[in-house]
Amino acid sequence: MIFKKFNIENKKARDLIPQAITVLALLSVIVYFATNAQINMGNRGISFGFGFLNQEASFDITFSMIEYDGSHSYGRAFLVGLLNTILVSVIGIFFATIMGVIVGVSRLSDNYLIAKVAEWYVEIFRNIPLILQIFFWYFAALRALPLPENGISFYDISFLTIKGWYVPKFIWTNFNIFLLSIIAAFIAIYFINSYATKQREQFGKQIPTLIISFLTLILIPLITFLFLGVSLTFEYPVLKQLSPTVFTYAGGVSIIPELIALALALSMYTATFIAENVRAGILGVGKGQKEAAASIGLNKNQILKLVVMPQALRIIIPPTTNQYLNLTKNSSLAAAIAYPDIVLVFAGTALMQTGRAIEIISITMLTYLTLSISISIFMNWYNKKMAIKEK
Amino acid sequence: MIKSIKTWILVGFASLLLVACGQGGGGAGSKKSKTLDNTKKAGFVKCGVSQGLPGFSNADEAGNWTGIDVDVCRAVAAAVLGDADKVKYTPLSAKERFTALTSGEIDVLARNTTWTLSRDADIGLTFVGVNFYDGQGFMVRKNSGINSVNDFKNGISACTNTGTTTELNMRDFFNSKNISYEPIAFEKADEVVAAYDAGRCDTYTTDKSGLAAQRTKMSNPDEHKVLPETISKEPLGPVVRQGDAVWEDIVRWSLNTMIEAEEYGVNSSNASSLKDSENPAIKRLVGSEGELGAAFGLDNDWSLRIIEQVGNYGESYKKHIADTGILPNRGPNQLWTKGGILYVPPAR
Repeated sequence: MIFKKFNIENKKARDLIPQAITVLALLSVIVYFATNAQINMGNRGISFGFGFLNQEASFDITFSMIEYDGSHSYGRAFLVGLLNTILVSVIGIFFATIMGVIVGVSRLSDNYLIAKVAEWYVEIFRNIPLILQIFFWYFAALRALPLPENGISFYDISFLTIKGWYVPKFIWTNFNIFLLSIIAAFIAIYFINSYATKQREQFGKQIPTLIISFLTLILIPLITFLFLGVSLTFEYPVLKQLSPTVFTYAGGVSIIPELIALALALSMYTATFIAENVRAGILGVGKGQKEAAASIGLNKNQILKLVVMPQALRIIIPPTTNQYLNLTKNSSLAAAIAYPDIVLVFAGTALMQTGRAIEIISITMLTYLTLSISISIFMNWYNKKMAIKEK
Repeated sequence: MIKSIKTWILVGFASLLLVACGQGGGGAGSKKSKTLDNTKKAGFVKCGVSQGLPGFSNADEAGNWTGIDVDVCRAVAAAVLGDADKVKYTPLSAKERFTALTSGEIDVLARNTTWTLSRDADIGLTFVGVNFYDGQGFMVRKNSGINSVNDFKNGISACTNTGTTTELNMRDFFNSKNISYEPIAFEKADEVVAAYDAGRCDTYTTDKSGLAAQRTKMSNPDEHKVLPETISKEPLGPVVRQGDAVWEDIVRWSLNTMIEAEEYGVNSSNASSLKDSENPAIKRLVGSEGELGAAFGLDNDWSLRIIEQVGNYGESYKKHIADTGILPNRGPNQLWTKGGILYVPPAR
């Protein structure tokens, strides 16, 4: 009787009940483990709570994008780690994308040598475990780079050494005005582009938007330098002697070798996968499309920009999103070579000093989840923008 | 009808919760030692050790663990199970060690772990004693011209391990000297050594015993030296879970027995022949007087087995630390009667 009613007459309930049962079962499992954990922790005199985030961390971190030293809180240390994770991920994604596109296109090159080199690159770097590549780049770099006193000098303003790549430090006055001018430039470029699109669609006029945008981006900030009191000076790194044979550089900014090695390894590795996505995307566009575009009189650049790429991107973006997510998650291998990312700083040192494993691991997992979901949302938005708009 | 099904689900859910609470609740607080019972049932002592620190806990090519930390676990196994070899070793990183202990994956943590207030009081652990008095020091290259910590200058880079007290001591030290420094912290000791050896950092800081042990792994050990200063107290000792007082006592007195045996000159070769000794303290140690084992639920030969199978503290130190060239001089790890600070309460 009951089932007859649910099965046939009440579709809503029929759909809802299995889902509700699943959710409840899942919840009860979570509650079971949570309760158990709590009781066990209680038995062993371990308290649960997030109050430790406000306590003084009392350990230092090599490399931080915000002001930090051991007198700051664990919460602040978490932020330092998070920013470092984001930094290496952004750098990694940036270079992986550029290299991936270049290698992917090269594999389709008519030039035998270029195509073969690209193929070998992909096959080698795709098939070696990432952790080994990280160690390779790190220890290879450490062995290959000179000690500070023999650092590789770039016009005496920048030095590459085993202790890091020392670059000049930017010292701004009125940086806020400069930042505003950049934002203003981008807003202007947006309006120029939409105006150009209108002109093209309504009157068939071609406006060289690329050059105009570029000039805008240079001119508007330049005005702030000339008239609004913005200025920029550099602090150059200088060799400093610490003992008869120990040297370092003072002043400037040090890009630590751990960051360089990690970013290099992550982008070299992920680029191979992106290259294959790019190749698949380009090959996935029908030959007829190019021929049709040529037959209506578009030139080679226009064919690539207006016909091939929009269609190829639809194939490239979804798997590339996965690669971006992978890269971000793989950055957690940083701990192996002492790059202070969230895993090393927070799930490592902070966990050890506080002993709060459950709290810290939960926060770290949630953080990665949030990072991944943010990337997914952005890439899905971009994918939708690029998808076929059926009329 | 929907309502009644919902009710059933709710009832089921609630009863599941009750079961969950019921299962989690048992266990602690009883007077008997659950850990001891489980160890006897399993037939081996679950012991957490380092991932390889010569002298303390290190596995040879055949996978046999040796070291003074390992000997603590062997002593417990000899006392509880009658056979010092009945130990299951779990190599742990600095980060994993306490979680492994509190979660019950191991029952004794003998992994060159520094006894501190927060570790003892805050995270469900109990330190049972000290089996090595250590202190943090610095290693530098001999040709660096650095002869003391007073030669350190602003901008020095220091390599160390993450998740250890060294990271905190390093900050305290450099702060007190008003020196700005670059801390580079690796997860595993092997990477610290490799990075320091390559020249990434100017100094390598950890416990002095660790420095001495790791120096042997450098590409050219003679190029490095340990600075004379000691910047911290690092009493290293075995740790157990909080809440099992009997097990805690067993581990504590297994360690104490080794030290007390050295004090009374009882060692692995003469122990059984001392059953009729005239000194009652020795007789208690070899189990021919008193009923000391009964206090833990062990037989009376528990301490004799420790001395016979593992040896006394001096034998253990000589075999693993002195004869291997790590720290030939016992320093503070000498008996109190011989100018050191090893002093254990009497076994009576």
